Amino acid sequence: MTLLQVEALDCRYGLLQAVRGVSFDIAQGETLALIGANGAGKTTLLRAIAGAHRPATGRVWFAGADITHMPAHRRVELGIALVSEGRRLFPSLTVEENLRVASARRRGRWNVDTVLDVFPLLKPRRHMPAATLSGGEQQAVAIGRALMSNPRLLLLDEVSLGLAPVVVDAVYRSLGDVIGEGATVLLVEQDLTRALQVAGRVVCMLEGRVVLQGEAASLDRDRVVSAYFGLRRPA
Amino acid sequence: MTVANAVLQGVFLGAFYAVLACGLSIMFGVMRIINLAHGDVAVLGAYIVYVIVERTGVPAFVAFAVALPVMVLLGYVLQLTVLERSLKSGILTPLLATFGLSIVIQNLLQLVFSPDVRSLGGSAGSVTTASWQVTSGLSVSALGLLVLVVAVLLFAALQLFLSKTRAGWIMRATAEDADAAELAGIDSRSVYARATAIAVGIAALGGLFLGIRSVFDPVSGPTQLIFAFEAVVIGGMGSLWGTLLGGIALGVAQTVGAQIHPQFAVMAGHLLFLAVLIVRFGGGRLVLRTA
Ligand SMILES: Nc1ncnc2c1ncn2[C@@H]1O[C@H](COP(=O)(O)OP(=O)(O)OP(=O)(O)O)[C@@H](O)[C@H]1O
Ligand SMILES: [Mg+2]
Repeated sequence: MTLLQVEALDCRYGLLQAVRGVSFDIAQGETLALIGANGAGKTTLLRAIAGAHRPATGRVWFAGADITHMPAHRRVELGIALVSEGRRLFPSLTVEENLRVASARRRGRWNVDTVLDVFPLLKPRRHMPAATLSGGEQQAVAIGRALMSNPRLLLLDEVSLGLAPVVVDAVYRSLGDVIGEGATVLLVEQDLTRALQVAGRVVCMLEGRVVLQGEAASLDRDRVVSAYFGLRRPA
Repeated sequence: MTVANAVLQGVFLGAFYAVLACGLSIMFGVMRIINLAHGDVAVLGAYIVYVIVERTGVPAFVAFAVALPVMVLLGYVLQLTVLERSLKSGILTPLLATFGLSIVIQNLLQLVFSPDVRSLGGSAGSVTTASWQVTSGLSVSALGLLVLVVAVLLFAALQLFLSKTRAGWIMRATAEDADAAELAGIDSRSVYARATAIAVGIAALGGLFLGIRSVFDPVSGPTQLIFAFEAVVIGGMGSLWGTLLGGIALGVAQTVGAQIHPQFAVMAGHLLFLAVLIVRFGGGRLVLRTA
């Protein structure tokens, strides 16, 4: 079953067109990696899906309903959660408060305790302001906050950015648990190897357009790399 | 009047300024709106209390209990209809919108109530006149004490709300990052509407105290706004306890200033305000902090 369908989406910042006619869809339970160079439009596309950026034209469908004009907080209620680039925690709120403000009406397995079980590094930090946490801890809170709404679709924007490799491994191990439980995930990842590892399918963007998409297993790395940098395929 | 007594009276006066400033501080803290109509909203609250008193003969405090829900609802609607739209188009628009609102309120009050001066002092019972002589130079008025106690309770209640309840965390989260709050499932419009509702309700309380302490007329708002604004700035913009302390500092500056010369009272408050502005934003950094 198709969970998310993006149809000819255009996103602009004034005159700058950040996303140009992007179409793709994600099936229930699928993990899709969105890759592309800096400025390709990945963050903008994710924000448009989450409702934080109003697209100029095009449509977004979620579970059969047209959500193009729905505000972000209502999409969270429907089951779309975005882990923003740069984490975007509420700095003066404690870890627990950051998690609890986000618990929406959706029922499911995620609550403060189950999130802390998946991210045990947060347990001793539970009552500390988010501003005092390390980068890895903050990223765990950001992911936990998204999980609190028991999403059907989890959008992850560069969750490994600025983290030490060991921390990235830990974050992805926890994500593995989440994905293993049947969540549908759309993730932006700069690390190509990791993206191809985690995802079943890959969409590659270049200057706002989708230039390549396919099963991760079937794509050869050179083709992905040349699409990524916008190089012509060697003859 | 001794200096000690001047300070004490200043604390009472300052508590009144803090109540006036409280709603201004909330709206600035949560939405970065400087509500130029805040003083007029307070005066509007005083008029609503006045009308209820005139029509029914109940004491002013009872009338306030009736006026409060009306004002809270008014704040909610005001945010959803006027301020919400203005927030979408940059930082200057809300300022202009509230400036316009200020004029509209003043003109409406002129139209309905004529420019006559009114007071709620006569309908507030013995609290307006009772006082205790502590020593020969030191007297405590019941009204001053009442305002101080109410102010402290008000700020304590708000502090508890913001730090201990989920609705309070949601308000702080929205204040810190509205975009991230939306993405966490928070309806920022409704949070803003609640913040303005609370602010307008508290402004009405300020209006009640204004009417009981002294007199008001349709154009009393801007003066109240200036004192409220000074209290907020002296206390550090957007900080709640700071606003209480800022109000008290302003009150004390005014009463101590009056010791030097009666006409120097208000000027002493302005000078304190300017001194704080220069210390905090001086040295070429004349920009508002956004954090
Ligand atoms: N708030 C903004 N205002 C104006 N232009 C923006 C804004 N955000 C992004 N852009 C521009 O839109 C384009 C796409 O940016 P976007 O952040 O979506 O790319 P990205 O693929 O996420 O890049 P990165 O890998 O650096 O995160 C870029 O040219 C960027 O400069
Ligand atoms: Mg990005």
